[in-house]
Amino acid sequence: MNRIEQTFIKLNQKREKALVGFITAGDPDIQTSLAIILEMCKAGLDILELGIPFSDPTSDGPVIQRSSLRALNKGANLSTIFELCATVRKHYDVPIVLFSYYNPMFVYGITPFYHEAIQSGADGVLIVDLPPEESGELTQGWPDDKLSIIRLVAPTTPNERMTQIVSAASGFIYLVSKTGVTGSDGLQTSVIEQNVIKLKSLTQLPICVGFGISTVEQVRQVSELADGIVIGSAFERLIETNLDDPNLPKLIGDQTAEFKKATLA
Amino acid sequence: MQSDPENHDPEKQMDSTVFQKQTFPDQQGHFGPYGGRYVGETLMPALIELDLAYQHFSQTRSFQDELKELLHHYVGRPTPLFYAKRLSQFVNGASLFLKREDLAHTGAHKINNTIGQALLAKKMGKTKLIAETGAGQHGVATATVAAFFGMECKIFMGSEDIQRQAPNVKRMQLLGAQVISVDSGTRTLKDAMNEAMRYWVGAVEDTFYVIGSVAGPHPYPVMVRNFQKIIGEETKLQMIEQTGRLPNMLIACVGGGSNAMGLFYPFINDPVELIGVEAAGFGIETGKHAATLGHGTTGVLHGSKSYVLQNQWGQISEAHSISAGLDYPGVGPEHALLKDTKRATYVSIDDHKALEAFRLICLKEGIIPAMESAHAIAYALEAAKDKSYNYHIVVNLSGRGDKDLGILFKGEQSILG
Repeated sequence: MNRIEQTFIKLNQKREKALVGFITAGDPDIQTSLAIILEMCKAGLDILELGIPFSDPTSDGPVIQRSSLRALNKGANLSTIFELCATVRKHYDVPIVLFSYYNPMFVYGITPFYHEAIQSGADGVLIVDLPPEESGELTQGWPDDKLSIIRLVAPTTPNERMTQIVSAASGFIYLVSKTGVTGSDGLQTSVIEQNVIKLKSLTQLPICVGFGISTVEQVRQVSELADGIVIGSAFERLIETNLDDPNLPKLIGDQTAEFKKATLA
Repeated sequence: MQSDPENHDPEKQMDSTVFQKQTFPDQQGHFGPYGGRYVGETLMPALIELDLAYQHFSQTRSFQDELKELLHHYVGRPTPLFYAKRLSQFVNGASLFLKREDLAHTGAHKINNTIGQALLAKKMGKTKLIAETGAGQHGVATATVAAFFGMECKIFMGSEDIQRQAPNVKRMQLLGAQVISVDSGTRTLKDAMNEAMRYWVGAVEDTFYVIGSVAGPHPYPVMVRNFQKIIGEETKLQMIEQTGRLPNMLIACVGGGSNAMGLFYPFINDPVELIGVEAAGFGIETGKHAATLGHGTTGVLHGSKSYVLQNQWGQISEAHSISAGLDYPGVGPEHALLKDTKRATYVSIDDHKALEAFRLICLKEGIIPAMESAHAIAYALEAAKDKSYNYHIVVNLSGRGDKDLGILFKGEQSILG
């Protein structure tokens, strides 16, 4: 059983929901990024989504676009990111999901990517622009299924397609809360609830909701509906507004603890 | 650590005879190893819906008749094919023919596609159009058909392109479109497309995204090629009518590659040489160019797999060209297949040579070409040199150059010298 499954089982026993935190790897630089992640883990983060920055992030809003650019300008690349991942792994057992656009993985090489990811202690991947239709190349290039493939379901996904997607997924299902890019406003809990119910009838996998969840109150609301909550832009916004603060890692850690509290029943 | 998919992919072993045996793309939009659909899940259902709608409507008689009517009476097709006598005499080699897409309504080939997509949007019940634009020609062509069909229209354009193609911004605004300035990344076509895709993710239910090139996720590359192939179909008939036979060579500029694909496609199984001309910008050796097929590697950008300009970590590079319409680090997936199978050859022309050709055709033929098309003409001048007059070359004059006057004349100073 991999760390993602174990985490959800433990949380279930404690009647908690998973706090999934997205951080762009290497933002604002690799060292600070590591310090931020370690503070988040210390504050009770349940799952780390480690974002591999891409020059053309078409699913992301301006906050994550800027964070990707900061990381790339400081030289973040897959080699330094795998090192970062391995260092986090030395300190914590938190499940790590590598969040990427397809191109950086594809250019690195599907098979080398797999081996490096496993070696640095990653547990899964979420490839935002790789639908099941195009995944054959990836799964054929991977020797086994130690890395979970987390799949996205959107509010626009029709029912038959949901069935197809969940059958190709492992780890958990990432339910996109609304039509829009990451970090956009307006949360419709009724839409989320309907989609969670639909998904629950199709799969045993835990369901985590993301895109546009940014306040403690929203975390509390969504915790009542789903198995986990993904926060990304809210953390990145905090990084962006406190770039020169030597206390930045601690600030993110404190915010993580706040969000985590809201996931307790 | 770098993988090299080129060495062990059997599909890369295909040669140009493959086009006689099968048609591309497949059901999922693959042109051999290229193409496909690489987008976020929110957009997948919209692309599937678009694919089905396109397959359905484009086969119906009423759609075909309506489109034909519009192309004839509104766009002004067929556009002339014209023997460029003085230009041919000047090079003293092959005979040069120009396909005059600059004479289509709005001044470029772009409208062949936008009118098709807007008609499809209407049939699908969509009321709003969005588009990205580089040189502004696709933006103008989209704004035009939006006005014609009474649809709302938003055009995404890089802030750098807004500066260098100012007249087209004014045209779009006159046509009732909202021009949205894109300040992210390189502030050119690539980023305009990123932003249009982001906007579409949030508005996918009532908005039709009119992609301007044979790029993007399936079904855009096949749909845009099919709307543009009228260029090649007319050229074939006109050459046979005027010369009694097929041409020997076709030349077109390639940014995303829609005017080239439109010209090439009807000749794909004919004994005609196909040449795509990319922008070499300041020169290939400077690294500041847009020669994606010539010097790029396989990657995924804007929803499809093709050649891209990128670094060793898969981060997309900045392209450069004097011509905004060619200033793009990606290229349509069908061109990638044409290159690998050697069915087409891709060459490049730098800013300087494009400017020389621009000036020459102004003076020799009384035609002010788009800076994009000037790249194709520049290569044609080279290719024609060592050939005889009964070697016939058709150059796609994909657009007119009024939009480029701003970059050619800075104040009183002309960069033409």
